[in-house]
Amino acid sequence: MPVNLENSAVATELEKQNGNSNFYRPIVESFEEAPLHVMVFTYLGYGIGTLFGYLRDFLRNSGIEKCNAAVEREEQKDFVPLYQNFENFYIRNIYMRIRDNWNRPICSAPGAVFDVMERVTDDYNWTFRFTGRIIKDVINMGSYNFLGLAAKYDESMRTVKEVIETYGLGVGSTRQEMGTLDKHKELEDLVAKFLNVEAAMVFGMGFATNSMNIPALVGKGCLILSDELNHASLVLGARLSGATIRIFKHNNVQSLEKLLRDAVIYGQPRTRRAWRKILILVEGIYSMEGSIVHLPDIVALKKKYKAYLYMDEAHSIGSVGPTGRGVVEFFGLDPRDIDVYMGTFTKSFGAAGGYIAGRKDLVDYLRTHSHSAAYGTSMSPPVAEQIIRVMKLIMGLDGTTEGLQRVQQLAKNTRYFRQRLSKMGFIVYGNEESPVVPLLLYMPAKVAAFARHLLNRKIGVVVVGFPATPLAEARARFCVSAAHTQEMLDTVLEALDEMGDLLNLKYSRNRKSARPELYDEMSFELED
Amino acid sequence: MATVAEQWVLVEMVQALYEAPAYHLILEGILILWIIRLLFSKTYKLQERSDLTLKEKEELIEEWQPEPLVPPVSKDHPALNYNIVSGPPSHNIVVNGKECINFASFNFLGLLDNPRLKAAALASLKKYGVGTCGPRGFYGTFDVHLDLEDRLAKFMKTEEAIIYSYGFATIASAIPAYSKRGDIVFVDKAACFAIQKGLQASRSDIKVFNHNDMDDLERLLKEQEIEDQKNPRKARVTRRFIIVEGLYMNTGTVCPLPELIDDIDLISANMENSLASIGGFCCGRSFVIDHQRLSGQGYCFSASLPPLLAAAAIEALNIMEENPGIFAVLKEKCKRIHKALQGIPGLKVVGESISPALHLQLEETTGCRERDVKLLQEIVTQCMDRGIALTQARYLEKEEKYLPPPSIRVVVTVEQTEEDLEKAASTISEVAQTVLL
Repeated sequence: MPVNLENSAVATELEKQNGNSNFYRPIVESFEEAPLHVMVFTYLGYGIGTLFGYLRDFLRNSGIEKCNAAVEREEQKDFVPLYQNFENFYIRNIYMRIRDNWNRPICSAPGAVFDVMERVTDDYNWTFRFTGRIIKDVINMGSYNFLGLAAKYDESMRTVKEVIETYGLGVGSTRQEMGTLDKHKELEDLVAKFLNVEAAMVFGMGFATNSMNIPALVGKGCLILSDELNHASLVLGARLSGATIRIFKHNNVQSLEKLLRDAVIYGQPRTRRAWRKILILVEGIYSMEGSIVHLPDIVALKKKYKAYLYMDEAHSIGSVGPTGRGVVEFFGLDPRDIDVYMGTFTKSFGAAGGYIAGRKDLVDYLRTHSHSAAYGTSMSPPVAEQIIRVMKLIMGLDGTTEGLQRVQQLAKNTRYFRQRLSKMGFIVYGNEESPVVPLLLYMPAKVAAFARHLLNRKIGVVVVGFPATPLAEARARFCVSAAHTQEMLDTVLEALDEMGDLLNLKYSRNRKSARPELYDEMSFELED
Repeated sequence: MATVAEQWVLVEMVQALYEAPAYHLILEGILILWIIRLLFSKTYKLQERSDLTLKEKEELIEEWQPEPLVPPVSKDHPALNYNIVSGPPSHNIVVNGKECINFASFNFLGLLDNPRLKAAALASLKKYGVGTCGPRGFYGTFDVHLDLEDRLAKFMKTEEAIIYSYGFATIASAIPAYSKRGDIVFVDKAACFAIQKGLQASRSDIKVFNHNDMDDLERLLKEQEIEDQKNPRKARVTRRFIIVEGLYMNTGTVCPLPELIDDIDLISANMENSLASIGGFCCGRSFVIDHQRLSGQGYCFSASLPPLLAAAAIEALNIMEENPGIFAVLKEKCKRIHKALQGIPGLKVVGESISPALHLQLEETTGCRERDVKLLQEIVTQCMDRGIALTQARYLEKEEKYLPPPSIRVVVTVEQTEEDLEKAASTISEVAQTVLL
């Protein structure tokens, strides 16, 4: 059931801040629970898979069945085994059966349609071979191409071509040594302007931005409060920093408040010294759930308890907000409320790399103390130019409104796609405005069938299972793009409808009304 | 027992009471009273949570002041003001507005502005655009990546290779994929920061041996063997790894590989230096490398390498395979500059004669690292004024476990001519004389 959060307390807090309390957005999100029989069958499925796994392992170990996996070398047979046997159990026996749904190679730009290389397996997914045929014009519902800017070359990319010709590709040095090009400075100034903050710094890899900068900001004696479902890069950065980590329930403001109160009142465990500082790690859009962070509540909490907020906008920058500036704009908050903005350029900008932005003293500190600035190579110049070009497009600095149109088209496509899916009866997680749409499948066999059938119909989807999601909640994750036309979305929705009936995926208990005219906004009849 | 119960008639019980000795009754009475008291008294709780009233809690919350998010950085911190390069960082480089010869970028084979690489990248740009918009598992695998992995595996004469989109993340993701908590890793003291971070993420036991000292390593291995014999059950489940660098970035020396081992399980390398691209790769036997495809964090959870950079790397490999004489040329130049830089008053050369990345350290340190850094920076600035672009080797002083002494990095590339090498040697010599003496 869709849940409307009541936040009158937060609204008054906002009023106190800057008087902009009028634009306050209700959060509409849903995380419907599956019917009981589905969960039972899911666990049953895993149980049968495990039993068969044990049987097959036994057959392989005793030599009855040929073993197709790679093995240790003869000389190293009496070394301690390199991999725990159980760690690989799941991979060998469950993942291996359906692994043709991942790592599918493509041979065109990851735009709204792409070309997938056909591959077949002769030995049940242990090895693959390419037939040489290419499946052309597959509708791409898997790549993070929110604004539709990942496309093959056209005239608008002329500046990228020029940069390759003048600057070359590599840089060969770190930021602190000889690796800062004027292109990087230009890009950083533009990023700061885009986000409406004082300064920004860019890095060569999005994952590394988190794992190398969080340790520079916090250390021993600090406290990190991290959301349950944070990305692996945030978790790795938090672990490498040496600070104490406490986890709060996903997007749950009460859980966060309890942790904050306990931290401020009781201090560090055992010594009772006060914490040096508290850093809250959240993401803008969570890619596996499709939920948007409850930012107004969290900002109100952070102000009350004097904590610092680090927000990872990997998926939300460029894809939410009226002009694509991310969740801060989406909720209408003051950009100065967030202490550390972090984001990546891989998703909406069609490039690679990450950034951290905020106040000037923060960025100056990172320039001197970030691990990436001292030891990591700087961003490649053509990639930097692509980001510059795209940012100018979104901001409208190139003189057209194309950027704004793309952002609006994405919002329209998102709403349409999500509404149609819920109406069909699928269980869809997340906020109604988030362009990442997880559709729950639950059973591992359905996961495989879903992806394979859709590829046969020339639709490319991404399915995710354990360990990226909880064991019983495997899902398909769609990424809506501004480049998807109405026809493409309709084709996909039609195919999903048929898939839903074929594989019995329509678990949602929010049944459709018997009188469709009442809610279907697509058809109007003027009554005299 | 029903029959026994019948026998316990009340009268007999009372009789037993009278016949019992007095002290027995008194003891039992006291025990019963004690039990009743314990049952009714409040249970002993750790006086934790219930002490503070709500008002006190609110006061604590009001009073608490955190440290500022970042400590202030002084304006003349040596690493704050970056050298800005206008244009490409190629052989003739324009740094801070001055034209110099580049002795600072790791462009060993001079491929940074090679037209063939640029053409390959342009062709890739035309077909694929710039970004891949997804990790390798979710439609981020392009045919270019598969080609590059094949070529790298063939070039390094191994079974399989795996590419990462960032050089630092390569080894920092590879180490925790194999070595977990409880395993033992023997690592050289001069290992670079990326290896240190990989080890920290793996949570394994780390045993450090002195730089390039095989006897020290042997001693540590023997100690470990004795430990194993004491506790064979534990030894059966702890894995052991040795990590060395081929050419140490921090000291410019080569590791003594033949003494060390006769076969290598995993080779990790960086495409950002000789291959003039971005990224890194690991290669080895399929049994070893395949594991990283599901447990290498920087591989699974990060977007893949942009195809234009992969295409450039393939072209660089082509050039390296077509023109193997280039390595001998580079070796000659290294030897020459190594010789030319000897005997500079006040500076000593650290690094082997075949290493293309050398360090120049102060012969006698002033005793204070900050002053050493300032002196070296003065040398670097004056050299840049005279047209030789150099840089100091940058470290994060508080984060490194074994901080190397401050030094100037000198990089030899194939594009540097005889005159360039002579000019560099004489410039550094002159500047060192003026600054240090």
